[in-house]
Amino acid sequence: MNTHLNSFRTQPDDRGHFGQFGGRYVAETLMPLVLDLEREYRKAQVDPAFQAQFDDLLEHYVGRPSPLYFAPRITEELGGAQVWFKRDELNHTGAHKINNCIGQILLAMRMGKTRIIAETGAGQHGVATATVCARFGLPCVIYMGAEDVKRQAPNVFRMKLLGAEVIPVTSGGATLKDAMNEGLRDWVANVHDTFYIIGTAAGPHPYPEMVRNFQSVIGKEARAQMLSRTGRLPDLLVACIGGGSNALGLFHPFLDDPSVKMLGVEAAGHGLDGDQHAASLLGGSPGVLHGNRTYLLQDEDGQITEGHSISAGLDYPGIGPEHAWLKESGRVDYTAVTDDEALEGFQLLCRTEGIIPALEPSHAIAAVAKVAPTMPKDSIVLMNLCGRGDKDIFTVAEKLGVEL
Amino acid sequence: MTRLSTTFAAPRPSLVCFITAGDGDTAANLDALVEAGADVIELGMPFTDPMADGPAIQSANLRSLGAGTTTADVLRYATEFRARYPDVPLVLMGYANPMVRRGPEWFAEAAAAAGVDGVICVDIPPEEDDALGPALRAKGIAPIRLATPTTDAARLPQVLAGSEGFLYYVSVAGITGKQQAVQASIEEAVARLKQSTDLPIAVGFGVRTPEQAAAIAKVADGVVVGSALVEICGEYGAAAPAKLRELTAALAQAVHSARQEQVA
Ligand SMILES: Cc1ncc(COP(=O)(O)O)c(C=O)c1O
Repeated sequence: MNTHLNSFRTQPDDRGHFGQFGGRYVAETLMPLVLDLEREYRKAQVDPAFQAQFDDLLEHYVGRPSPLYFAPRITEELGGAQVWFKRDELNHTGAHKINNCIGQILLAMRMGKTRIIAETGAGQHGVATATVCARFGLPCVIYMGAEDVKRQAPNVFRMKLLGAEVIPVTSGGATLKDAMNEGLRDWVANVHDTFYIIGTAAGPHPYPEMVRNFQSVIGKEARAQMLSRTGRLPDLLVACIGGGSNALGLFHPFLDDPSVKMLGVEAAGHGLDGDQHAASLLGGSPGVLHGNRTYLLQDEDGQITEGHSISAGLDYPGIGPEHAWLKESGRVDYTAVTDDEALEGFQLLCRTEGIIPALEPSHAIAAVAKVAPTMPKDSIVLMNLCGRGDKDIFTVAEKLGVEL
Repeated sequence: MTRLSTTFAAPRPSLVCFITAGDGDTAANLDALVEAGADVIELGMPFTDPMADGPAIQSANLRSLGAGTTTADVLRYATEFRARYPDVPLVLMGYANPMVRRGPEWFAEAAAAAGVDGVICVDIPPEEDDALGPALRAKGIAPIRLATPTTDAARLPQVLAGSEGFLYYVSVAGITGKQQAVQASIEEAVARLKQSTDLPIAVGFGVRTPEQAAAIAKVADGVVVGSALVEICGEYGAAAPAKLRELTAALAQAVHSARQEQVA
């Protein structure tokens, strides 16, 4: 690893810290496993056979590389920068989540683990995990908040079709953070045979780094594609943030390109002024949850508060620790977009480009709609279109007052 | 000598009782535990996300928070306990976030002022000791660490370095209140730990009955009972103290006499 001082790409340190963030805040029972996972991941990282298998599955099973698409009509409508999309919504299972699941299940098998568990909010990570488990014939248990099970019925059915057992979690607020608690509880009780596939760039080290690295295929492809298509780098990258994995996947390979600005888009829900949002960076404060130190939605006693977003994939009260660090270092800018703005972004993309986006990247679209008009026409905005909207049509119909 | 070391220096094993602060009438519940024979009190600080706890203690956390319990309340329970029981060791147990929210120094200072003897933070392993350990030690509060069935010989020294008060052996790889460990595995583990440390060793997780407690007390310095007591708080609410007294008395009798029976 090169550790020249001016790089933003050499985090975390060997204890898994991104500045004051990250780390391994887990119970002692899990600590030896987390250390073992790190050792095995380090070996896999330098094993050409592991990388080759990962690349092969991404190409032939996931359908990578995903296209880099110049979007002419939305560009024209916004009247400023050229708008380009990295089309990760075209991946098998419809989102970027599968990139990470392929990497982690290969690692699980390498470690001789025979049972896979995962948490899911919107169900996208659950579907992606169930998919790779079916592909490799491993039993799969998905923890999902009971509230989300109700909100995301089609994805629950998909997971079951794929052979996964979906366990509704009723503890706490019965949403994503509670599903993650339950995942950690399962892992602690089944340490001998179970691998926990965490779905975003959060959790104890090495998860934030590992998930980022698996997702970095997005940014590596996009950087090469952009250079070959336009001969230059984009001026601005935009991505939505739940836990932060699709954003880091796009951003990380560009972090040391000083001309490339970056904008992470959190979910402002009903607005940042109240408590009905899921913007951990813009509306939260540093604390410790789910194995890492990061920005959290919490009260003055450190009790975690429930996030809200129209998008079940964004309403998590924390954020990956690398984003906390990137924010403090000033390398990446962060903004937040409300439910209503995201709905407009959703419709804008449907109407102008014939693409139905997921509600998560609809937040990024709304941010692009705000910034692109302020930029010169020869500049380039590249947004990660990290998921497609099939799963969200019911939510959107309800919000638009349409009965299906 | 600290309150903890004095207690564990006694020839008989100690009964360590856990309840969640703010779940029911905390002062009355604590009185019941001490009067019925508890030697050490572990007072749980409620947290919204108790990741290492099973359903019983999860529910207790939510009941307590639902009743509006704050960090200030927990510290007040501790202060009042210390005034009533100058000699009974009191340990706060909980998760990192509520402890570090206002900074580790703030928490250590407040806990010391409340007469707290030790702190068990479930999700701060030795690797992250900086987050709280130095602040506690500076105030004379023992950072009490956990050893588990997954803590192997290579790792144990790291767990022991910086451990104070007693070593809490978590007898099952899992969450609180679920299974109970096989007695033989506990005996083997305690013997192994004893070779590496002079700290007293208390064994917990899954201990519910006087019989189990007595068996463990034959080999360990302390026996920790949590979920069984917490379930009583949940089931009986305001009427819990009488029931807590009953179970604690039976547990204390079993633990305190465990080694006498062995000799007889
Ligand atoms: C399509 C899509 N985008 C984004 C996210 C948010 O996750 P992350 O911030 O890790 O990319 C999710 C989570 O479910 C998702 O399904």
